[in-house]
Amino acid sequence: MIPVPPRRVLVYTIPIALLLFVLPFVVAPYQVALLTYGLTFAIAALGFNLLLGYTGLLSFGHSAYFGMGAYGVAFIVKYFKISSMEAFILGGIVAATAVAALFGFVCVRYTRIFFGILTLALSQVIWSLAFKFFWVTGGTDGLRVPTPSLLGVGMAPGQDKMAFLAHRYYYYVLVIFLVGVAVMWVIVHSPFGKALQAIRDNETRAEFVGVQVRRYRYMAFLVSGVYTGLAGALWVPLNGLTTPDILHWTFSGKIVFFTVLGGFQTFFGPIIGAVVFNYLETYAVGHTVYWQLVLGVVLVFLVLALPGGIVGTAGRVLDRLRKAA
Amino acid sequence: MSLLSTKALVKYFGDTHAVDRVDFTVTQGELLALIGSNGAGKTTLVNLISGLLRADSGQIHFQGTDVTHQSIHERIAEGIARSFQLVNLFDQLSTLDNIALSIFSREGKTRRLFALADHDSAVQDEAMAVLRQFGLEGKARMVAGGLSQGERKLLDVAVAYALRPKLLFLDEPTSGVSTREKAPIMDIITSIVRSGRITAVIIEHDMDVVFKYSDRIVVMHEGAVLADGTPDQIRTNDQVAMTLLGTHV
Ligand SMILES: Nc1ncnc2c1ncn2[C@@H]1O[C@H](COP(=O)(O)OP(=O)(O)OP(=O)(O)O)[C@@H](O)[C@H]1O
Ligand SMILES: [Mg+2]
Repeated sequence: MIPVPPRRVLVYTIPIALLLFVLPFVVAPYQVALLTYGLTFAIAALGFNLLLGYTGLLSFGHSAYFGMGAYGVAFIVKYFKISSMEAFILGGIVAATAVAALFGFVCVRYTRIFFGILTLALSQVIWSLAFKFFWVTGGTDGLRVPTPSLLGVGMAPGQDKMAFLAHRYYYYVLVIFLVGVAVMWVIVHSPFGKALQAIRDNETRAEFVGVQVRRYRYMAFLVSGVYTGLAGALWVPLNGLTTPDILHWTFSGKIVFFTVLGGFQTFFGPIIGAVVFNYLETYAVGHTVYWQLVLGVVLVFLVLALPGGIVGTAGRVLDRLRKAA
Repeated sequence: MSLLSTKALVKYFGDTHAVDRVDFTVTQGELLALIGSNGAGKTTLVNLISGLLRADSGQIHFQGTDVTHQSIHERIAEGIARSFQLVNLFDQLSTLDNIALSIFSREGKTRRLFALADHDSAVQDEAMAVLRQFGLEGKARMVAGGLSQGERKLLDVAVAYALRPKLLFLDEPTSGVSTREKAPIMDIITSIVRSGRITAVIIEHDMDVVFKYSDRIVVMHEGAVLADGTPDQIRTNDQVAMTLLGTHV
């Protein structure tokens, strides 16, 4: 990937960020809440794509880190009786990172399909543990997570939960999302990020310029886990409940789907993919019982017709228009 | 003074004695040519010394240190670098980034997550200077995958050179390019190696090139060293003429 100068990126991103800030004043709360879901998924996709797009590792087990982020929050509530969002985030990230540290240690020894299968298998272990230790995790009933206080300020008594989620919580997630995007942008453009891309392109040569391939893969794995865990922690207050569903490998499949939909060869692709997917799924579920079929058809179409995803294809179209002009 | 020496180095692949009890030395400051027919074991020897393959037995000493059991990373830190017979580049990175990565790595900067690579002007300037030396500065912003074969061969060498090694192995830097392009590529590479006072081992099939550029020649045949001497000594060595005649006329 040829780096895009930061100034050119800001030309696009600043107006979009401003638009996101005024959004709650122009659209219905339900729409804002829906976008909040999309933003949390986008953070997960961003973490996931550090591995896929930049390091060349396709994980089928990111449900584990997203789920641990969510369960980490639920444990904070259950065992510490705390409902502060900052404590939630801390708990979620710690839980997800611990699991990523363990799984990564095993997984980075493998690449390609072996890596994919191993991540899948390990994440399914976590999923089955969530059932087995039902007295800890609540089994299929899951664990409730109350609406948290944000920066020490709780929901006003009698305030509507939807209003809270669509306003204050939305801004809270938005700020974290924007910081997360900026930090990830720096990471992929850092010397470390270049080393990851070198590993993706040519593992042997990377080793021969002195990059310790496994160690760097492990670092990428950890960062990826932190992002996905953060996403899980931010998601759970929206949902109000965490169940083993989000630990299941089909949820990992969704994260793969977001990223392919938006375009894994671009920085912003996974973000767009996550937000679009969230709308697609919500409306498909609402309008047809065959929504999984709809998603399947979309995926097949994408892989066959638009391998660059939404952002990759849009970029190519823009380039062609610019050249034609 | 010998910079590198191997003692009774052995590597078998099944029944193939790819490297068979090889004693090979490289002297500080020389430009050594390693020649031999196809399958003689030249690449395998470089693979053993650079750490890509582990030896079955024997030792490798570099600057008095036993590096036989060191990792690739440790050997690079000691100052051993190599290029590849079949081009090995980071195809989706720009030509400039291919070089910059070597420099970041050499300076221990690849551990930096929170700094923009493009804003490290010292590294970017040095990378650009390396590209200029290799005549690739016009392609700096192009992805490496989009370069011509000749340019890719040069970039492959430049990536290794940018590590500022003490000993540089170049495995057939002109293989796969047209005859017309060979001489200019060798001119660029040898002048850089000479002016940088880098000790280099070049594997090459073209005997005209070998006699023209090297200080010393080591001939391998069926996994063993057949002859070792100055270009004049090798030129007049009957045994070398006999064995190489079959493959090079
Ligand atoms: N990884 C491997 N597995 C099995 N056999 C190998 C392997 N690498 C090399 N060989 C065999 O070892 C012998 C030496 O090969 P090597 O590549 O070292 O020769 P070379 O002198 O570099 O030849 P060329 O001039 O064709 O590059 C050959 O017979 C080759 O087939
Ligand atoms: Mg060879």
